[in-house]
Amino acid sequence: MKAFATLFTALDETTKTSVKTAALAEYFRSAPDDDKLWTAALFSGRRPKRAVTTTLLREWAAERAGIPLWLFEESYPIVGDLAETIALVLPETETPEERSLSFWISELLTLSQVPQEERKPRILSAWDRLETRQRFLFNKLITGGFRIGVSQKLMTRALAQATDRDESELAHRLMGDWTPQTTSWHALIEAEDAEAPLSRPYPFCLAHPVEDGPENLGPPTDWHAEWKWDGIRGQLILRGGEHFLWSRGEELMTDRFPEFARAKDVLPDGVVIDGEILAWDHATETPQSFANLQPRIGRKTVPKKLLKDAPAILYAYDLLEENGQDLRDRPFDERRSRLAHLLENQPDHSPLRLSPELAFDSWDALASQRKSARENRAEGLMLKARASTYHAGRKRGDWWKWKLDPLTIDGVMIYAQQGHGRRANLFTDFTFAVWKGNELVPFTKAYSGLTDEEFGQITAWVRKNTQQRFGPVRQVKAVHVFEIAFEGIQASPRHKSGIALRFPRMARWRHDKYAAQANTLDDLQELLSLYG
Amino acid sequence: MAVLTFTPEGIYCPAGDFHIDPWRPVPRALITHGHADHARPGHGAYLATHAAGPVMRHRLGDIALDWIAYGETRRIGGANVSFHPAGHVPGSAQIRVEVGGEVWVVSGDYKVEPDGFCEPFEPVKCHAFITECTFGLPVFRWRPQSEIAAEINAWWARCAAAGQTAMLGAYSLGKAQRLLAAIDSSIGPILTHGAVENTNAVLRAQGLSLPDTIPVTPETKGKDHPGALVIAPPSALGSTWARRFRPVSTGFASGWMQLRGIRRRRAADRGFVLSDHADWPGLLQAIRATEAEKIFVTHGYTEIFARYLRSEGWDAEVVPTEFTGEDLEEEA
Repeated sequence: MKAFATLFTALDETTKTSVKTAALAEYFRSAPDDDKLWTAALFSGRRPKRAVTTTLLREWAAERAGIPLWLFEESYPIVGDLAETIALVLPETETPEERSLSFWISELLTLSQVPQEERKPRILSAWDRLETRQRFLFNKLITGGFRIGVSQKLMTRALAQATDRDESELAHRLMGDWTPQTTSWHALIEAEDAEAPLSRPYPFCLAHPVEDGPENLGPPTDWHAEWKWDGIRGQLILRGGEHFLWSRGEELMTDRFPEFARAKDVLPDGVVIDGEILAWDHATETPQSFANLQPRIGRKTVPKKLLKDAPAILYAYDLLEENGQDLRDRPFDERRSRLAHLLENQPDHSPLRLSPELAFDSWDALASQRKSARENRAEGLMLKARASTYHAGRKRGDWWKWKLDPLTIDGVMIYAQQGHGRRANLFTDFTFAVWKGNELVPFTKAYSGLTDEEFGQITAWVRKNTQQRFGPVRQVKAVHVFEIAFEGIQASPRHKSGIALRFPRMARWRHDKYAAQANTLDDLQELLSLYG
Repeated sequence: MAVLTFTPEGIYCPAGDFHIDPWRPVPRALITHGHADHARPGHGAYLATHAAGPVMRHRLGDIALDWIAYGETRRIGGANVSFHPAGHVPGSAQIRVEVGGEVWVVSGDYKVEPDGFCEPFEPVKCHAFITECTFGLPVFRWRPQSEIAAEINAWWARCAAAGQTAMLGAYSLGKAQRLLAAIDSSIGPILTHGAVENTNAVLRAQGLSLPDTIPVTPETKGKDHPGALVIAPPSALGSTWARRFRPVSTGFASGWMQLRGIRRRRAADRGFVLSDHADWPGLLQAIRATEAEKIFVTHGYTEIFARYLRSEGWDAEVVPTEFTGEDLEEEA
């Protein structure tokens, strides 16, 4: 695993994309096929099934290190990473072994097949045979989450450099439900693509945010506008008499949304549609709120009642394949009109609808339509260049999202907790409250939105102004006011405030406000009645 | 009666009427070493080792400073005091205070691994030991200095080959000179930031030997010194001062570099795990060697460390102080 450890160190030591890409490409040129395949899998979010709980890992690590478990548990939040904490507390190995990445992964795969009582000696023996850096990576393989600033896009680019293949072709090859156990390096990357799996989705085309206004985009007639729906991005595939539903995160959701089995009755085979999965109100033919869709996301099987209360549809907005032909190189206008034609005269029970086009003759007119997005259960607008092809990933210029400005409320910070990973040792996780008379009622947590420098300042302040500790959580003096921005608001009986926010983050540190000047629970409830 | 007590001004000896490393102005201060959180301005009289004194003069100006040799016993009021090497930086001392047969030792900052540069740590037997625990967690275990020096040499040589300036962040008193003494000065020229060079000059004047260094002046240009290593306080990395050396690869030498999260947040290209404080085994080794029954921990992961000591049978408690240990920042 030395080569992989060296790669990891090289990736970890730089923030420069070009350096990371070069390091990965070099690895893809030189490593054995099995190791390359696993590396591509790991950096695209595929990892061996976890065979040991983290609770057991902590106990075994503390035992092996000869320290009490509580001391391990105290060290963990300070290090901020379980795999690293374990690697650091264990005694240094005297007899490190050099084995390949795939060797250690196969050890882990074996682990889930042996009885529980055999797992501990195997893990301890692996720890004994690995030097500290490799031991950390081995632990990472167990605990999952290789987050080291390598996006799938960066990895695909490195692969393209190493193999002299086209980047978007590789992006497509890497999609879908392959694992290193179901394919080989040759089949995944190199083989002529005749036998691509039926279920393989296309890489999603992603939009950039419109930063100022759309005026710089040129004549409005070059652009197609539609609502930006607040659901789950999905790709519906009908091929070989089967149907598959993929999320943008490349998760296969076919079983979670049984409604789409009916798609085969209303559409021909050889079709791939891009759209938004929404909970649908069939009586009024309008979307339900995202809150109604939410309970369906996590469920592998759907209870009947939920299926009845929150039936899902795909609000279709692009056609990627028809008659088994890849249409992604055709202009958007053509794809759109073929899609509209395909979806003409859908019966009521069809799980597909065409996301309507918004007509506009000037940017001003579109801007005023945008204001009514929330009433239409949309987050804003999408703008797509009529002449554009369907890109793989996020390419600037052809697709834009023009979201509504977020809602905001001023809250008082009352609890603080340290972050993890890169943000360990900094207080980054905060709870905010609004006033209800003289009482502060917590209404949201937020983790992001401040600069590193601001996190540094608030961390120093929290250390000096802690009033009480509840485990890792510190109650702090109610002094600092933050403007909290969020995308949506809904009633929630589970929360003390009775509301829950969508995507809350810290928009601004309101140095200009005293705690007493923060918003009230009444203010929040007013937002709820307006936008909930 | 306690030999030492803990007052708002700092650690105090009633029998001798003096303070040790006080953080508020007092009439008479015994100073373990010259770092700013231990040697503060404004005291009436100072006492420090011969090797610590010059840096204190340099930093604090014309103070009323008296000198003492390591191991020399001096009577102050009803107390006998002596200074013993702490292995932290040149001149650093643990201070032993004996009153009526009862011995207490204040560790100041210390490390137990000899660094080949400053006077090596010497365990001192006592009844009560007042210790730092900056790195008092089992995740902090240092590798030998020779391995870290080899890492730095390899990085520097690679930078030099790639046409980059290697810029290494290190505290200007202690760490910078320890590095200078440990690295392979034949790789290329070594340039120093003013804060580092001023301390170099003080230490050279008192007889310590360091490789030749070129002080960086406003006129210094990076391209005139190909293959150079620049040693600067951490805060100078990424500053406008550093720009003249572009392209640079930045490194940071500190015990904190043991943790990946902190290493990444520092945004230095390389982190080298090198500290002038004791690691976890070092702290425990030092505490055992004192044979003390009573342990006071002053700064670092105090609560956790004291709890561990208690679980191992020591009578240990936390004493809040205003010492900062190994801070991630230091003013240039």
